[in-house]
Amino acid sequence: MTRRLAPYVFVGPAMLLLATFGVFPILVAGLVSLTNMNLGGLARWSNIKWVGLSNYAKLFRDPDFWQALWNTVFFVGLGVPCVVLLSLGVALLLNRSQGPFFRALRAFYFVPAITGIVAISLVWSYLYNTQFGLLNYLLSLVGVKPVQWLSDPTLAKFSVGLVAVWRGTGLNIIILLAALQGIPRDYYEAAALDGANGWQRTRFVTVPLLSYALFFVTVTTLIGWLQFFDEPFVLTDGGPLGHTTSVSLFIYKEGFRGSQFGYASAGSLVLFVIIAAVTLLQLRLRRRDLE
Amino acid sequence: MNASPAQRTLTIMVAVALAIGALITAFPFLWMLLASFKPQREALDFPPTLLPLAPTLEHYVTLFVQLDFGRYLVNTLLVVAISFLGLLIMAMAGYGFAKFEFRGRRWMFFLVLATMMIPVQVTMIPTFLILNAMKLTNTLAGIALPTLVSGFNIFLFRQFMSTIPDEMIEAARLDGAGEMRIFVSIIVPLAVPIFAVQAVLTFIAGWNSFLWPLIIANDQKLYTLSVGLSLLNQQLAVNPSLQMAAAALMVVPMFVVFVIFQRHIVQGFTLSGLK
Repeated sequence: MTRRLAPYVFVGPAMLLLATFGVFPILVAGLVSLTNMNLGGLARWSNIKWVGLSNYAKLFRDPDFWQALWNTVFFVGLGVPCVVLLSLGVALLLNRSQGPFFRALRAFYFVPAITGIVAISLVWSYLYNTQFGLLNYLLSLVGVKPVQWLSDPTLAKFSVGLVAVWRGTGLNIIILLAALQGIPRDYYEAAALDGANGWQRTRFVTVPLLSYALFFVTVTTLIGWLQFFDEPFVLTDGGPLGHTTSVSLFIYKEGFRGSQFGYASAGSLVLFVIIAAVTLLQLRLRRRDLE
Repeated sequence: MNASPAQRTLTIMVAVALAIGALITAFPFLWMLLASFKPQREALDFPPTLLPLAPTLEHYVTLFVQLDFGRYLVNTLLVVAISFLGLLIMAMAGYGFAKFEFRGRRWMFFLVLATMMIPVQVTMIPTFLILNAMKLTNTLAGIALPTLVSGFNIFLFRQFMSTIPDEMIEAARLDGAGEMRIFVSIIVPLAVPIFAVQAVLTFIAGWNSFLWPLIIANDQKLYTLSVGLSLLNQQLAVNPSLQMAAAALMVVPMFVVFVIFQRHIVQGFTLSGLK
């Protein structure tokens, strides 16, 4: 292998895979979204017809899509602040001491982040169960009647969101904790000499120095919640009556249950545009913040 | 920091608060383990018992004897094994980007970074159609391919490989070593730390993989643990302890991995904060 050829041999396989499963799908989604592709089209490509933008027109008239969109907005509005604030709080507390007890505690907070969503959902379904779930038992101890955790339309949103918050904090705690430990001790000592108390040191030294990590955590959390899928898929399958269906779940159901690949692809592209727009907006705000 | 009595009291209060939070966080797992040893009827009891009154292993036996969890386990491990191949492909790409000047490098690397922003839920429908056209639906290869390489991991490999001194590579070339030989016998050994981090994260991701097996595998013979587990979802009303046993089967190995590789996992997640 010559030295000129070598880099292509090294980079080639990965680029081929990335192109096929990273970039090409977006183009395919764009094309398929302009067709009526369904199971018939999957079997024989000659059954596929161009339908122009009618999938998009239908999408924006579809009450189910709007419901999924508003549900997603609700989940983002509930989940992102909860996850970011909770992660920040726990990370600040964990950073108070480097002793063995604090280090051991970290593991408890991290573990939900690395366990599979299906297992987690089963465990929470059991806790949430109306008849024999532990949560309703605990409520009955204080005289509260059984609660329909996953079948009451409003409560189900919160129940599903809670599981996602519980699972989503661990990763962010790790990132924030690493950033906290990167802050030089001198800064705190200087602030202490200037007479800053503990709260002031946190407020005026730690939080500003943490702003990059916080920004990163907020962006990734936001993107994650815009794609919200796993928890409602396993816990409620989007129910009751679509009240926990997110946009991702809507796409999945239209595509794989309804086999409306053209229609679902239109939904995919709309989701892609929303995520790209939100990401760019945040980066723009961040830049203005820095200037 | 100086530990005045007031400071120390505060630290203890923080420790207590964190311990309570940790217990609440870990409680669902504890409940899962306890319930998995309860006989079916006891798990449906109301009020629930905390500790199993008559502990039994029957549900774990059922998973392997009556249900097909042995096969799901093998499939999951096969998916993980294929993912490890992806690790090598990504390491090669990282090396190529870090240590070579070549035409197209800039736009190719831009492509790598751009794919980091594309979420899987956006590409799941078209990727399914692509795999279907390649006749790879309902195969293990089809399950593993969509997540085999990721832009972010290539980026991490590149960052790490950039720190390897050029002189080492040049010296090996002067000694007449071929490019592949240099990669295998010099670069890979030096990159062990980044391989370790990525191998652990790849294992976790492969072990938990759910979406692609769900989409690609129609045949029960190809189900992974996650998909097999999700089939038990309908069973809740009937036999929660069987479900909890299956959930424990997925979760407990992750605990073990976490305890052994905690340092690597934390380091890997921390790196993901740098992108």
